[in-house]
Amino acid sequence: MNKRPTFLITCLCFGFAFFYIPILSMIVFSFNRSRLATVWGGFSTQWYGKLFHNDQVWRAAVLSLEIAVVSATFATILGTLAGLALARFKRFRGRTVFSGLVTAPLIMPEVITGISSLMMFIMMAEVIGWPGQRGFSTITIAHITFSMTYMATIVQARLTSMDMSVEEAAMDLGSKPWQVLKDITLPIISPAILSGWLLAFTISLDDVVITNFTSGPGSTTLPLLIWSKVKLGVTPDINALATIIVCLVGAGVVAAGVILTRTERRRERDIQMAIAANK
Amino acid sequence: MKAAAVQGPFSRWFNRTGWIRTIISIPYAWLVFFFLLPFVIVLVMSFGMRVTEAPPVGFLPDWPYVTFENYQRLTGDLIYLRAFLTSLRNAFVATVLCLLIGYPMALGITRVSKSWRNILLMLVILPFWTSFLLRVYAWIGLMGSNSWFNRGLTTFFNAIVPADWAITSIPMMNTNFAVVLVMVYSYLPFMILPLYANLEKLDMTLNEAAMDLGSKPWQVFKDITLPLSIPGIVAGGLLVFIPASGELIIPSLVGSSADPMIGRVISDEFSSARHWPMASAVAVALLLLLVLPLVAYNHFEARAQTAPEARK
Repeated sequence: MNKRPTFLITCLCFGFAFFYIPILSMIVFSFNRSRLATVWGGFSTQWYGKLFHNDQVWRAAVLSLEIAVVSATFATILGTLAGLALARFKRFRGRTVFSGLVTAPLIMPEVITGISSLMMFIMMAEVIGWPGQRGFSTITIAHITFSMTYMATIVQARLTSMDMSVEEAAMDLGSKPWQVLKDITLPIISPAILSGWLLAFTISLDDVVITNFTSGPGSTTLPLLIWSKVKLGVTPDINALATIIVCLVGAGVVAAGVILTRTERRRERDIQMAIAANK
Repeated sequence: MKAAAVQGPFSRWFNRTGWIRTIISIPYAWLVFFFLLPFVIVLVMSFGMRVTEAPPVGFLPDWPYVTFENYQRLTGDLIYLRAFLTSLRNAFVATVLCLLIGYPMALGITRVSKSWRNILLMLVILPFWTSFLLRVYAWIGLMGSNSWFNRGLTTFFNAIVPADWAITSIPMMNTNFAVVLVMVYSYLPFMILPLYANLEKLDMTLNEAAMDLGSKPWQVFKDITLPLSIPGIVAGGLLVFIPASGELIIPSLVGSSADPMIGRVISDEFSSARHWPMASAVAVALLLLLVLPLVAYNHFEARAQTAPEARK
């Protein structure tokens, strides 16, 4: 296979053009002077200025961030527990149902999850009087429910691939179980937990369908705001908002990727050096 | 929920202090309460009927309390059948296109140097992390009749067809073509990543051996790479097909309202028509439809995992 795979490289070029041309076009037109979002009318940053002074957008962004932080944190805790249970406890009553419950939200169409959560909250309001009004809490609960299953899958995969003899060795050397958990298990799965938290955070920040069904009046998240504007058509201020979001998320993902690879590499090097030193 | 056997060094301590129960029961209870229970409500509701009170669901006053009216309408009324067929067709076409575009890309990524590989993978994942809604929005901008993209395509079209066929713009928005296009765009990473994971593990010496024995490159691909990558194709295909068939955002924003997909039908029944029992029945039917390929997939996976040992 010394020949350069010209065909495959061409496919890659076209594929990445397909991926990025729409996004680039959106970014370019955010600097459009014209009110018509798709016809170029000269360079301008006026839409960014308008966006900056738009209270509605700020409020929606703050609400989205709050929901994302709270739901990602709870999802991380619940998901880690679920992953731990699935990876380490091989037999308990109801395990099959449990593992089914952990994978089901991943394949459930969002519209069904959204409608069923909404019906459930309405029934709860009828029966126990809570939630009186849907908003922050109901959106957060719905987000925790689907994010925790991603988290559980990630943690379970990490724990399954982890060498259990390290835990056993620490135990044999006299560590108490909570010390093993604190000193061995958690540090080893911490990159998985961190990337799980980031995933839960972005999924929550990005979600439209489930949020749409579980939100109430006055709890408009950023995606819901964009959704209601996009239904009315393309406007340059959404292009500006989209550009900001794409740049922030892009920078965040690249930074997280670089940091995670670097920590992973450093940890591997430390392990290698420890092995070499003990020889 | 009684915990029986535990693996690993924690076992005794966990058993003694009852931690196992705590660890299992917290997420278990959460999922039962906020995932299983809502679904049971939907299932029960699908056997109810619409009433004018709020919430707009009622049941027959006497035995057998439930009605199959919604399911009868589901099979009898052509609207639902048509929406299911449209969804399956759109999802299927999108899956095939994702495979045709994604396969050479995944294969291409395995053929470049290690440092390029990481960059290209990052470039595949990056759009997936940026907002889904905004990626759909980007295409709305491109497909509109005034956009540079549409005008460019129109000019190209007018240049190759006879003059009296000339059109002013290509009607792309609010068609099933737009739905498929945006679905391919949105779900392509889900096809590329499992394919890449599969293709990367293939043993290149097999390719070299086949080449040495005189196979042409396309024969090597047809006889070696393609058969070995079937698990990746199945995994990627399901990852695209399943969310695509239940998709709501894309058909709502760029799809045709005359020929809707099933996700939109569920949402409309629920919100506009306020016919919750009917929405529930359609949802249950959609789930059943999606569960079948998954059961097939699990069967396939289980066989694929046991097969290598059986062969030994």
